[in-house]
Amino acid sequence: MKQLLILSGKGGTGKTTIASAFIKLTDAKAYADCDVDAPNLHLIMGWEAKPEKTDYYGLPIAEINQELCTQCDLCRENCRFDAISINEKYKVDPFACEGCGVCAYVCPVEAITLKPAVSGELMLYSDEEKVFSTAQLKMGSGTSGLLVTEVKKQMKSATDDAELAIIDGSPGIGCPVIASLSGVDMVLIVAEPSISGISDMERIINTAAKFGTKTAVCINKYDTNIAHTEKIEQFCEKQGLPFAGRIPFDSNAVKAINNGQTTVDIDCTSGVAVKEVYHKTMNLLFEKGGG
Amino acid sequence: MRIAVLSGKGGTGKTLVSVNLAAVAGTSTYIDCDVEEPNGHLFFKPEGISGKEISVKIPKVDNELCNGCRRCVDFCNFNTLAYIKDKLIVFDDVCHSCGGCILVCPEKALTEKERVIGKVQKGFSGEVMVWTGIMNTGEAMGIPIIKKLLVKKQREANRPTFIDCPPGSACIVMESIKDADYCILVAEPTLFGVHNLNMVYELVKLFNRPFGVVLNKCLEEENPAEKFCLEKGIKILGRIPFDKELGTINSNAEIIINKSEKYRELFSSLLKTVAKEVQCHETTTDS
Repeated sequence: MKQLLILSGKGGTGKTTIASAFIKLTDAKAYADCDVDAPNLHLIMGWEAKPEKTDYYGLPIAEINQELCTQCDLCRENCRFDAISINEKYKVDPFACEGCGVCAYVCPVEAITLKPAVSGELMLYSDEEKVFSTAQLKMGSGTSGLLVTEVKKQMKSATDDAELAIIDGSPGIGCPVIASLSGVDMVLIVAEPSISGISDMERIINTAAKFGTKTAVCINKYDTNIAHTEKIEQFCEKQGLPFAGRIPFDSNAVKAINNGQTTVDIDCTSGVAVKEVYHKTMNLLFEKGGG
Repeated sequence: MRIAVLSGKGGTGKTLVSVNLAAVAGTSTYIDCDVEEPNGHLFFKPEGISGKEISVKIPKVDNELCNGCRRCVDFCNFNTLAYIKDKLIVFDDVCHSCGGCILVCPEKALTEKERVIGKVQKGFSGEVMVWTGIMNTGEAMGIPIIKKLLVKKQREANRPTFIDCPPGSACIVMESIKDADYCILVAEPTLFGVHNLNMVYELVKLFNRPFGVVLNKCLEEENPAEKFCLEKGIKILGRIPFDKELGTINSNAEIIINKSEKYRELFSSLLKTVAKEVQCHETTTDS
């Protein structure tokens, strides 16, 4: 199975809009939303059946047994995450606790145990033909990278013969992005022609390069600033990065999304342009020696 | 007055709002907590920059002392350590710096060393003090940088402070809003925008922070984000129109209030509204 991951660095450049169009165009048998912090792909993929849901247990959280606690303060002194506070009783802040287990180790009276904690929910939509794997991280949780890995695992184990999988990624360059990069054949970066967009694009390209992932670039809303669009194209040429095309700004794209549709479900200029980007991307993904 | 600007969804205008509020406030502090993709400095172009590297502690092995008992390997919940071919190996980038392995080692074979993960920079753009956190590419966790950016001494007593948060609703956002006096949620009028607005709405409620919404990219048509606010009884602090001219100026990393009188007025009135909200929440919590 070839896996295409869509990333952007900067948020709001159009990852999900483009991923959803690709999924429609290729009639993808397997796809996933790895933006577990703020998943949106499920809103426009038109699944009517409810997904199969599984609780996701991230790292455990420390719990103090007040009856055993002798208030020796060792747990608080040794916690590197300031997760233990004293206010009459010793208390664990579940949002600050990273589940390392140091407090339980140093406690002389075994008053602290690590309890499994639900830190998100995995969702799997499937029928005879297709699987769609997604998840929602629990508010303020710190294990987004692990959950991303689970989303991809869930997608792979639910499909055996899909030739292509399309994965919608998250913004940024940190832990969920790094987790989503592992094992994919190619990354398509959706850039935006602005100074911020270019700076963020360069950082995500560097990140993907560190993990040795093949990378192509397309530009969304290219006509909002032609000078920056040209700069991005020159940058790609200089870096030897394949360029997959330009998509214009199109108010119909927003209308399609707000109706729960993709841009290739309606007749619009961005829908026409995304088809070309799609063909170029598929050629790059399946070309000989690629991936 | 410490104000966090967040959004859930990326690209809704967090940086636009926080940069222009700080600029219109005059003597103020702007802190860019989007350490993975910091952009505020591109607008402010701060001068007189001083910086400091941020590092975390990771274990260092003395293979002479290590007897291969594997207690550290068993203890580590983050799979940072492995004992392979008679040698203890440390996977630096997954280490959470909890210090547990050092505590459990009976041979004192583990000590700690510093590993640089990024930097914080301070500079000035006119009267605005600009703080930027920059995580090195390839790193997974920016939270230690955010913690450094938000230490209290940097909160200049009488200067309003604007915190530009990362997108999403995970730990990194939570860290950024923890000590905020007030949160501004920036929302765009799309299906995605509303879905993600709902998430940060839940987040600020969970952390019990007073908040209001700024509606960005407003069109004449029905605004699903506005509808959401009205249904939930959320205070709408202001509206920024969908405007090609604003888009172009913003894409060139120029500060709109310096380019357009109309937007200077819009942001100073937004600042007044926010200040009033903060004051009113302070008096209700004091009494």
